[in-house]
Amino acid sequence: MAFENNVDMDHPIHDIRSEAIKNFETKGFPSKKEEAWKYTSLNSLQKIDFSIFPKEENALEYHQVKKYFLHEIDTYKIVFIDGIYSSYLSETTHDGVDICLMSSALTKPMYQQVIDVYFNKVASKEESLTTLNTAFSREGAYIYIPKNKAPKKPVEILHFATGNEATLMLQPRNLIIVEENAELQVIERHQSLTSNEVLTNCVTEIFAAKNAIVDYYKVQNDTKKASLIDNTYIAQKDKSVVKVHTFSFGGKLTRNNLNFYQNGEHIDSTLKGVTILGEKQHVDHHTLVHHQQPNCESHQDYKGIYGERSTGVFNGKIIVDKIAQKTNAFQQNNNVLISDQATINTKPQLEIFADDVKCSHGCTIGQLDEDAMFYLQSRGIPRKEATGLLMYAFANNVLESVRLPELKQRINKLIATKLGVRLGFDL
Amino acid sequence: MAYTEEELKKELETKEYEYGFYTDIESDTFPKGLNEEVVIALSKKKEEPEWMTLWRLEAFKIWKEMTEPEWANIHYQKPDFQDISYYSAPNKKPKYESLDEVDPELLDTFKRLGISLDEQKKLAGVAVDIVMDSVSVATTFKKTLAEKGIIFCSISEAIKEHPELVKKYIGSVVPKKDNFYAALNSAVFSDGSFCYIPKGVRCPMELSTYFRINQAGTGQFERTLVIADKGSYVSYLEGCTAPSRDENQLHAAVVELIALDDAEIKYSTVQNWFPGNKEGKGGVYNFVTKRGLCERNAKISWTQVETGSAITWKYPSCILKGDNSIGEFYSIAVTNNFQQADTGTKMVHLGKNTKSTIISKGISAGKSQNSYRGLVQVNSRADNARNFSQCDSLLMGNECGAHTFPYIEAKNKSAQIEHEATTSKIGEDQIFYCNQRGIDTEKAIALIVNGFSKEVLNKLPMEFAVEAQKLLEISLEGSVG
Repeated sequence: MAFENNVDMDHPIHDIRSEAIKNFETKGFPSKKEEAWKYTSLNSLQKIDFSIFPKEENALEYHQVKKYFLHEIDTYKIVFIDGIYSSYLSETTHDGVDICLMSSALTKPMYQQVIDVYFNKVASKEESLTTLNTAFSREGAYIYIPKNKAPKKPVEILHFATGNEATLMLQPRNLIIVEENAELQVIERHQSLTSNEVLTNCVTEIFAAKNAIVDYYKVQNDTKKASLIDNTYIAQKDKSVVKVHTFSFGGKLTRNNLNFYQNGEHIDSTLKGVTILGEKQHVDHHTLVHHQQPNCESHQDYKGIYGERSTGVFNGKIIVDKIAQKTNAFQQNNNVLISDQATINTKPQLEIFADDVKCSHGCTIGQLDEDAMFYLQSRGIPRKEATGLLMYAFANNVLESVRLPELKQRINKLIATKLGVRLGFDL
Repeated sequence: MAYTEEELKKELETKEYEYGFYTDIESDTFPKGLNEEVVIALSKKKEEPEWMTLWRLEAFKIWKEMTEPEWANIHYQKPDFQDISYYSAPNKKPKYESLDEVDPELLDTFKRLGISLDEQKKLAGVAVDIVMDSVSVATTFKKTLAEKGIIFCSISEAIKEHPELVKKYIGSVVPKKDNFYAALNSAVFSDGSFCYIPKGVRCPMELSTYFRINQAGTGQFERTLVIADKGSYVSYLEGCTAPSRDENQLHAAVVELIALDDAEIKYSTVQNWFPGNKEGKGGVYNFVTKRGLCERNAKISWTQVETGSAITWKYPSCILKGDNSIGEFYSIAVTNNFQQADTGTKMVHLGKNTKSTIISKGISAGKSQNSYRGLVQVNSRADNARNFSQCDSLLMGNECGAHTFPYIEAKNKSAQIEHEATTSKIGEDQIFYCNQRGIDTEKAIALIVNGFSKEVLNKLPMEFAVEAQKLLEISLEGSVG
């Protein structure tokens, strides 16, 4: 891949960037030899010569992309087209809360203080793809919710790739800060609009202060030629509650690196995911929950349904530090294989250094219950619908904690389409 | 088979002279270091046929190209392979027919270690093939076994007496290039046990080998080969204790099990190598490759109680090649003080309707680190494969760690795999309950640990279970806090 050095040299975060470039140059792209990338190969992506900086600006009409918005309700929108901000499609605000652009936050002096405190503070300075993003990212969402505030509407972050470039690599960078007693809901989506190759290497940093509540939903239902490497880093303080839901229904290769760092007591972290794959798709969920303080909880629940020649990977790591006594960490990973060519590799991992903890993980790979199937069929429900129903039920726990009814409905529809069944009701 | 004393004397004299080996009073030991000549000399010393020498040399060549694995969750000072003597044997080579002929000093060592041969002979009907610094010195109950056609002898004897069996199976389950330590073992294995159960024979007694490390600075490279022919059954026990040592001792064994159609092998281990003292000084490095191959309808069951070693790196595995074959793994790993254990299993499902069970109990105390690392792999042709895994960890004290690294890879839609793991500590209420009934804390912990490990202890043969239970108590002594 050829990098063009288009980045502004006088930028205040120039030092951070050059540091990051240096790290990436020594590390390079991760290979399958690295334990964290054992089951996911980036070889096929590295062969493609991606263009890093699109040459021209592209515009889209609202009706072309309306279906990708959660249009049933009003939301704040931050929309990017081929990595460039589209003010026409977006709706940002500075009314009490800041929901705007990373580029303006990085350049305008009024944000300087916040940037100094938070930018690149929780994101890894070692992991090569994260540093690649740190070095070359130009745009993204910046959300700052001050103390005791909650925005009136949820925030949607959408990235569209128009396909005007034959191959495109996007490197969005988001920074989200939710201060004490504040609340935020975010829906993030990456969408390619053509069948041209797109690779997105996204980094999101989320800071949840004391008593903050953050709900983050990732909807991944992209085209066959679109790949996504998503790196999310979350730092939590005392009594904060952060939930991340990941819905992976498509894309060529999706890698979700989701990292939680608990830097306080009585923290609650929730990681949930539904994965339904077909064709030759590949999804890799790589989660880390690092319990660094006592009396915290984490809940993980990932369900996967794998058909055709798809591959699923789940690697969930829980680390409990020596001082993090009274930790409760739960992890659950259930998988259904519905095709003989599908593969699932899972590695739930516990690393525990404290003794007064309750940690468990459970992992299953199996089929739908034949008895349940028979029950439904004996009541006149055709096998195909019965299969759909059972899979629906299988994925249901994950949906239960989605707090936006419209989003839940949307996901339901996506699941139904993906499974090829019409259910005639919502869960 | 047995050589005359004159021949032996002659051989000993000339050999020593030829290669310039030094001998102290009790045993003759190779000078430290490893190169091709040492491998050849070792092979010559053991009077091995040419094919074996070549086999070793090939392994040595492979080993030279390899580097030590670093993926395990253990930290240690790497052994210097040139600072180890690769052969040491008690100097009295002839085999004994009865115990009276055995060197009384040797017998005394065994007695001090709490293993009385005669007692065992009488008590349990255990045929004991004692390995004292690598060479078998006593074999009992051989006659009874011979009547059934069972071959139970040291592997060096088997190489000489049954070359066709050894040639066919050695390295067939654990190839020379399998891993660093397996390659090393293949090149320089000193001795070990060989066991062959003929078709349809049920071995009437538990076969057992006691291992000892007794010579300073001697690496032990045991090689065990157990072959159960069609429809046969054998239960094999392996037990280890080692006296205190200040420097680290390397132990890199290879165990290969072959269960042909309808055969069953039960392999139990109690391992209590010297774990190092309370400051973490000394202790045995245990890098073992154990693997079994199951043909149609065969069953291999591994049971292990690991209490010793400063470093344990051990993954007894089953390759379920034949249809309907079964693999089992039951393990208790106890670590205390500065011990580190990275242990677990691999279940590779290749055949249809194959089943595997994994029960692993880890207990960590003191400043130790205990890891479970396992792989369950279901290949695309393995229809209806079934696996159940459970790994529980018990933590005692706040300076130890428990880790699990289970890998699960499924490529078949009819596979059913369940894995669960828990980590917890001994409940204060449980201890309180015992206390108020007059059971002191130390006893209470022993009781709870016992209950925690029961599922695995139950799988051990009777005589072993008692010993293992005692071992658990001893290893956790003083870890109450």
